[in-house]
Amino acid sequence: MGNWKTPDDLKYTKNDEWLRIEGSVGTIGLTDYAQDQLNDIVYVDLPDEGDTLKKGATFCSIESVKAASDVYAPASGKITEVNQALEDEPELINSDPYGKGWIVKFEIGNTADANDLMDAAAYAEYCNSRE
Amino acid sequence: MTEPLIYDISVPGRCGVSLPDVDVPETALPADLLRENLDLPEVSELQVIRHFVNLSHLNYSIDQGFYPLGSCTMKYNPKLNEDMARLPGMAQLHPLHDDEGAQGALALMYDLQTWLAEIAGFKAVSLAPAAGAQGEFAGILMIRKYHLDRGDTKRTKILIPNSAHGTNPATVTMAGFTAVELPSDENGDVDLEALKAACDDTVAGMMITVPNTLGLFESHIIDVIDTIHGCGGLMYMDGANMNALMGVVKPGELGFDVMHYNLHKTFSTPHGGGGPGSGPVGVNEKLEPYLPGPIVVKLEEGTDDEAPLYGRRMPEKSIGRLKAFQGNFGMHVRAYTYIRSNGDQGIRDITRHAVLNANYIRVKLQDAYHIPYNRYCGHEFVLEGRFEDVPDVHALDISKRLMDYGIHPPTNYFPLIVHEALMIEPTETEDKQTLDEFIDAMKKIAAEAHDNPDLLKTAPHTTPVSRLDEVRAAKQLVLCCRPVEVGV
Repeated sequence: MGNWKTPDDLKYTKNDEWLRIEGSVGTIGLTDYAQDQLNDIVYVDLPDEGDTLKKGATFCSIESVKAASDVYAPASGKITEVNQALEDEPELINSDPYGKGWIVKFEIGNTADANDLMDAAAYAEYCNSRE
Repeated sequence: MTEPLIYDISVPGRCGVSLPDVDVPETALPADLLRENLDLPEVSELQVIRHFVNLSHLNYSIDQGFYPLGSCTMKYNPKLNEDMARLPGMAQLHPLHDDEGAQGALALMYDLQTWLAEIAGFKAVSLAPAAGAQGEFAGILMIRKYHLDRGDTKRTKILIPNSAHGTNPATVTMAGFTAVELPSDENGDVDLEALKAACDDTVAGMMITVPNTLGLFESHIIDVIDTIHGCGGLMYMDGANMNALMGVVKPGELGFDVMHYNLHKTFSTPHGGGGPGSGPVGVNEKLEPYLPGPIVVKLEEGTDDEAPLYGRRMPEKSIGRLKAFQGNFGMHVRAYTYIRSNGDQGIRDITRHAVLNANYIRVKLQDAYHIPYNRYCGHEFVLEGRFEDVPDVHALDISKRLMDYGIHPPTNYFPLIVHEALMIEPTETEDKQTLDEFIDAMKKIAAEAHDNPDLLKTAPHTTPVSRLDEVRAAKQLVLCCRPVEVGV
């Protein structure tokens, strides 16, 4: 039913975050479905570099014209880079959720954290099931 | 804007008042308090009057037209309430007046406490909370103190269904508890299995909105209450939706331990634009000692010749004061007037008409719009403001277009569990003709969405300003009406 992008190389959470794993570095962002549901994003309350991520705990909040939502860490670790561009252009999450709209990069503490996340096909089905 | 800023009509040197000649010796103000660059508009009295009267005409209110803002109960507030609140004995009573000289006001508060307790089936009521959110806060603090008084310190969680009012999780967090969200089942009720799984001896209680934000009465409310009581928790009912229950259902008799009332919704006191609100709390025997105070008590019974004597006292284990003096007394006068002028049968009829009106609209619109959880509703219902075959049209566009029909839009995008939610609450005060006009407008808009979606995307067309850029408004917080000058 839906027409949201779900790239094959990513892992997905039930709270609509995506996780890209490249070696020991993880990147977290919000999915296309999430940005579509939220509508125009107007503010991202970014965490700081060096902050600790705990799997399942919130580390960032996002405000749109519709709602304010928390972003939850898909895996534990330590933040190494924050996408500062979102400070002035939070709409990057709307226009390019899997590219320029990434939120943080982090050193993954335990790669097994990603084992229970969904793959692209399962996540696409999960999105449709909520429509 | 059709009305310029007051700064734009300012003329240098113009003055709105002429001061009389000074008949006392003049004293110069200290030089360090003087400013040369005071940025005030220079306008005449007539310009000021016209400016603000013109602005007031741009406003929209229930006194002008239909206002089906779900969750807010925008009913018409009878003007009699205002007359009573303006009686000199009410309006000019000083909050520090001694009790002996304020017996009339105390009698009114005592009666209101008694009637609210009767309406919701509770043992006692405190009128202290200043509004609904403070009523919630008071209720949860009472639950907290109840457990702590018994030495039960393990209870750190409060369960909240995802169909609750948005204030509920905030209240729980403010009171030092952890909010645990419960899912809804396919009927829009609390998922009983999830509830049972979440119940243990760390649960302090549950906060539930009845009817919930879908406008639905929990079909297994007794099971929910028994389950929470079974694990030692207490039940908090968010009474903001009492307009669907009063005179018909008594939450206290269902087993709820505590509830807040929104006088500014159910009992027709003003709200929106500052109210102020009023959020009394009602409790059963368990929580009575913890009520916020002071509450009004009868010190001496009256006789045929003598009026009773009223006084104020703090309940023995009170959570304390929430507000200076006696809460928002002006609202107590209005709610008292409302209950007194309607009587018990009238109170029941209010509920019946509120529920009938909501169901009338729901059934009339169910072919034009998708209504998830489409069953007999309370005082409000939620439909989806979207059409599968026109994906570009959103709830917001429908709302904006409604303004062209002279109707205030319903609540948008809440509750979050319905896609593109439009939450419609007509209230009991609207007649069938008004409801039919609304239904007609909604059907026309559904047709327009298919035939001419641009009409919706660019709406409103007939208002003083057209579609506002909400993103820019949220991102560029410019709150000054003219550019801030250097040095100011």
